[in-house]
Amino acid sequence: MNMRGFIQILTRDLKVALRRWSELCNPLIFFLIVASLFPLAISPEASDLKEVGTGVLWISALLSSLLALDGLFRDDAEDGSMEQLVLSPVPLTIIIAAKILAHWLITGLPLVVIAPVIALSYYMPVDALTTLILALILATPTLSVLGAIGAALTVGLRRGGPIVGLLVLPLTGPVLIFGTLATDLAVQGESAAGPLYLLGALLALAVVLGPLATSAAVRVSLE
Amino acid sequence: MNLRWFYKLASPPYFYRLAGTLGPWLGGLSIALIVAGAYGGLVLAPPDYLQGDGFRMIYVHVPSAYLGMMAYVVMATAAAIGFIWRIKLAHAVAVSAAPLGASFTFLGLVTGAIWGKPMWGTFWQWSDARLVFFLVLFFLYMGYLALREVTEDRDKADRLSAVLAVVGVINIPIIHYSVEWWTTLHQGPTITRLDGPSITMDMLAPLLVMIAGFSVFFVWLLFVRLQGEILVREQKSRWTQELMQRGRV
Repeated sequence: MNMRGFIQILTRDLKVALRRWSELCNPLIFFLIVASLFPLAISPEASDLKEVGTGVLWISALLSSLLALDGLFRDDAEDGSMEQLVLSPVPLTIIIAAKILAHWLITGLPLVVIAPVIALSYYMPVDALTTLILALILATPTLSVLGAIGAALTVGLRRGGPIVGLLVLPLTGPVLIFGTLATDLAVQGESAAGPLYLLGALLALAVVLGPLATSAAVRVSLE
Repeated sequence: MNLRWFYKLASPPYFYRLAGTLGPWLGGLSIALIVAGAYGGLVLAPPDYLQGDGFRMIYVHVPSAYLGMMAYVVMATAAAIGFIWRIKLAHAVAVSAAPLGASFTFLGLVTGAIWGKPMWGTFWQWSDARLVFFLVLFFLYMGYLALREVTEDRDKADRLSAVLAVVGVINIPIIHYSVEWWTTLHQGPTITRLDGPSITMDMLAPLLVMIAGFSVFFVWLLFVRLQGEILVREQKSRWTQELMQRGRV
């Protein structure tokens, strides 16, 4: 039953998201805008862009993943369906895990797909792209889980939006460190296995513990 | 085993009186320890062969940084206890510890910057993992306080911020082991080593006294804040009304 519940929530969330194209595109467009503003703010020289490319990519990904967080639980909480989900016989952690996975598929995966294009425009060597994609695949779900905790903590607030960043961003430090480290190593043509393994470890930790913390926060928020 | 004394601690009026009785003693003890430690550290301890008198910053920097982290552990532990067993007093402890921890963390950052300028030649070094994660600790405190600020219902604020505090605990081991995991400007551990401290007793003793003094100071301030917090939370109950009528508050 738990597995069925998981899949049902997942397909439901994906369906709801796919029927709202504009909201779906917002984080992606935001990502593109942020990434294209950096050359204007720093310098359009190839050597400079090469230097900052990795950082720009990761910061843009981080910020745009924040942007999409507010919708993760808010709509469901406002129309009352979240309460029904809490009451359902499927454990809340499973439901939350399904919602986070759906959220990642909607907002995280497109970033992974589009990031190499941005990377190329920042003169990142083609050989490094595989590592970049791999690192993003491991890192963006962790960001989604961390973001879900923040979204769950603020879903009961009327003006919760701005504070999510304050809660979530400090926790993203390790992901950012190992993500950029892996990318930088790949750009220099070295093996990025170490930081990739660490990103995987962080992901495992987040996937196991994140839904627990998130569902605890959702329960309190809905009271 | 008789745990009655322990359960009694969770009773607000009992703890309020206990904190009131212990407070002045803790205050006196902390001031005595800090004065003694400062005298030992600033006057008695020999100058460092490398840093000269500059190393004496350690006697302020290390205790405040230590308490910045320790206060977080206290806060998160209390918050977890409050969340799991629904003990209101534990939430009050967490709330009272947060601003103190933030202040100690801030003090740790500032003293570190002042110490770093002459010794490392820089106030701040982004490549030093311990600095960066210690700054993150400060942000975590800010996030905790901000979340409490925007959550209107106090009971909700207690439990939501408890979740946040517990999640943020992950940062504490990162700070602690950052000097071993990343080679950075900060020196490796000097006190808690398997083969004994790598610091001479003349320098270590005042440091330990200072750490003890700062810790007692923290507990004292925690008790003072807790008394206020308990009064606010219990303002509708009879024992606080009685205290107020007798003009004891």
